[in-house]
Amino acid sequence: MDGLTGDSGRIPPRPGVGYKPQHHDDLTRWDHDVAWLEIHAENFMGDGGPAIARLKSLRERFPVSCHGVGLSIGAEGPLDPDHLKRLQILVDWLQPGLFSEHLAWSTHDSGYLNDLLPLPYNSATVRRVAEHIDQVQSTLNRQMLLENPSNYVRFSETTMSECDFLKEVVSRTGCGLLLDVNNVFVSATNQHFETLEFIDDFPLQYVGEIHLGGHEADTDEVGDLLLIDSHSRPVIDPVWALFENVISRCGPLPSLIEWDNDVPDWPVLAAEADRAGRILTSARINSPVRTGLAPESALT
Amino acid sequence: MTQGRFVEALLDPKQPVPPGILMPDGTPASRRFNVYRNNVIVSLIDALGDGFPVVRKLVGDAFFRAMARGFAVTNLPSTPLIFRYGDRFPTYIDNYPTSGMVPYLGDVARLEWAHREALHAADAQPCSMDRISDCRDNLLSSLRFEFLPSVRIVQSDFPVLTIWQVNSDSTPSSDRIRMEREDVLLGRPEMDVAMRRLRPGEYCFLEPLLAGETLGTAAERAAKIDGFDLVATLTGLFESRLIHDIRLDGDVK
Repeated sequence: MDGLTGDSGRIPPRPGVGYKPQHHDDLTRWDHDVAWLEIHAENFMGDGGPAIARLKSLRERFPVSCHGVGLSIGAEGPLDPDHLKRLQILVDWLQPGLFSEHLAWSTHDSGYLNDLLPLPYNSATVRRVAEHIDQVQSTLNRQMLLENPSNYVRFSETTMSECDFLKEVVSRTGCGLLLDVNNVFVSATNQHFETLEFIDDFPLQYVGEIHLGGHEADTDEVGDLLLIDSHSRPVIDPVWALFENVISRCGPLPSLIEWDNDVPDWPVLAAEADRAGRILTSARINSPVRTGLAPESALT
Repeated sequence: MTQGRFVEALLDPKQPVPPGILMPDGTPASRRFNVYRNNVIVSLIDALGDGFPVVRKLVGDAFFRAMARGFAVTNLPSTPLIFRYGDRFPTYIDNYPTSGMVPYLGDVARLEWAHREALHAADAQPCSMDRISDCRDNLLSSLRFEFLPSVRIVQSDFPVLTIWQVNSDSTPSSDRIRMEREDVLLGRPEMDVAMRRLRPGEYCFLEPLLAGETLGTAAERAAKIDGFDLVATLTGLFESRLIHDIRLDGDVK
């Protein structure tokens, strides 16, 4: 075991929440089940100030997972070396238990688009994504987890399934996966496939973390239901059921409640974390504990 | 389809959806592509609204969102650090066609931007006024000041600080705002950004000093302004704990 995931920083297979500054005081009381926190890396890349000071104090009390939203791993162009450097500096002082990023792109020549944009799945994009992940992992000197996206459209250039794409990326890079079960539900609804068939095909043995979140409902051009991954609402029951299904197969995993927009008061978020905690606890009784991927299991 | 083509269509709703972006049944997508258009532009407008809350309050949400949209489509963030997004927004506001109805809007935006920069600037320790007493009198004019990284000055022909304060307070004052110019000094000696109105001549004094000129040069420029008080200004700077270090001209730090 290297120093990066020492006992103090290791993310336990229990519920965590996305950190919001407005919950800072609630978090420092101990009357809740939240065992760890996840931060968006880019919010803590300033040179100093209260945001970083608060995170440093929280880091002394909680394991923290670092979730990047701006690396643009799926971009056609090279990764931004300045941004990678900023990430390296953050990871160096924060020593997060996990680092994850998205199977998406967000930066182009014209600038940063502040959204997770989709890419087609084919041999060319597999190669590009794998090269970028290699670069991230060697720069950070640690394994990263890659998150499955929410999909709204299909590409004519896609020649392989998302699961096959992820398996190929894992096999080329040794990265782990972050399984967002809400994204599975959103994509399944939008792309007309069955969530359980997707989970059957998903390489669950490489999953090191689960995300749970809420979504909004809209309709598409032909009046079909179109779900939007908004992180603005409670997790819905079918997503909880999917989570239970995944946990029954994998055993307990670090499981995060993501709530980034219309952020609720602390008790609402804590109740979501409690619900995840109950599912994880009952799975712990029925299966051996798995504490996520050991970094050396895949990065060789 | 290249990502460049995707971005062009993303930022211009009048453009057709790029070919090869499909519905589940394989027919070309339209409204589904708009999810991305909407996510990008709304998230950038929201980021500007979070970053310039007083500007938003002054003009109202609808006006603000229209103005922010116009800015965002031609000024994407240059990095994924959203808290650094909007450095060019104050100038955009100055030139925005109807913002002339609120002539101080650009200056309020500049103050909000300076506040945000101060918030995220590197932390540093202030030094005490003893540092200046250590110097021999004949060397005073050769001193150069190293300010805390958070220190900023904002110049305005309008009462920009009072406007900011009245519109940031949960209990706004009902006093009439006196329409006189306010230049503002900002800095963050600890975790909170402190702001204060500059006295006559202080902007002229601080501008060269912040640019690395000597105390002598700065004092000479400010001396031309009626009411400038060098001793009071220096004392104020140290009391506000905004100076990190002082060095003699020619010193290598």
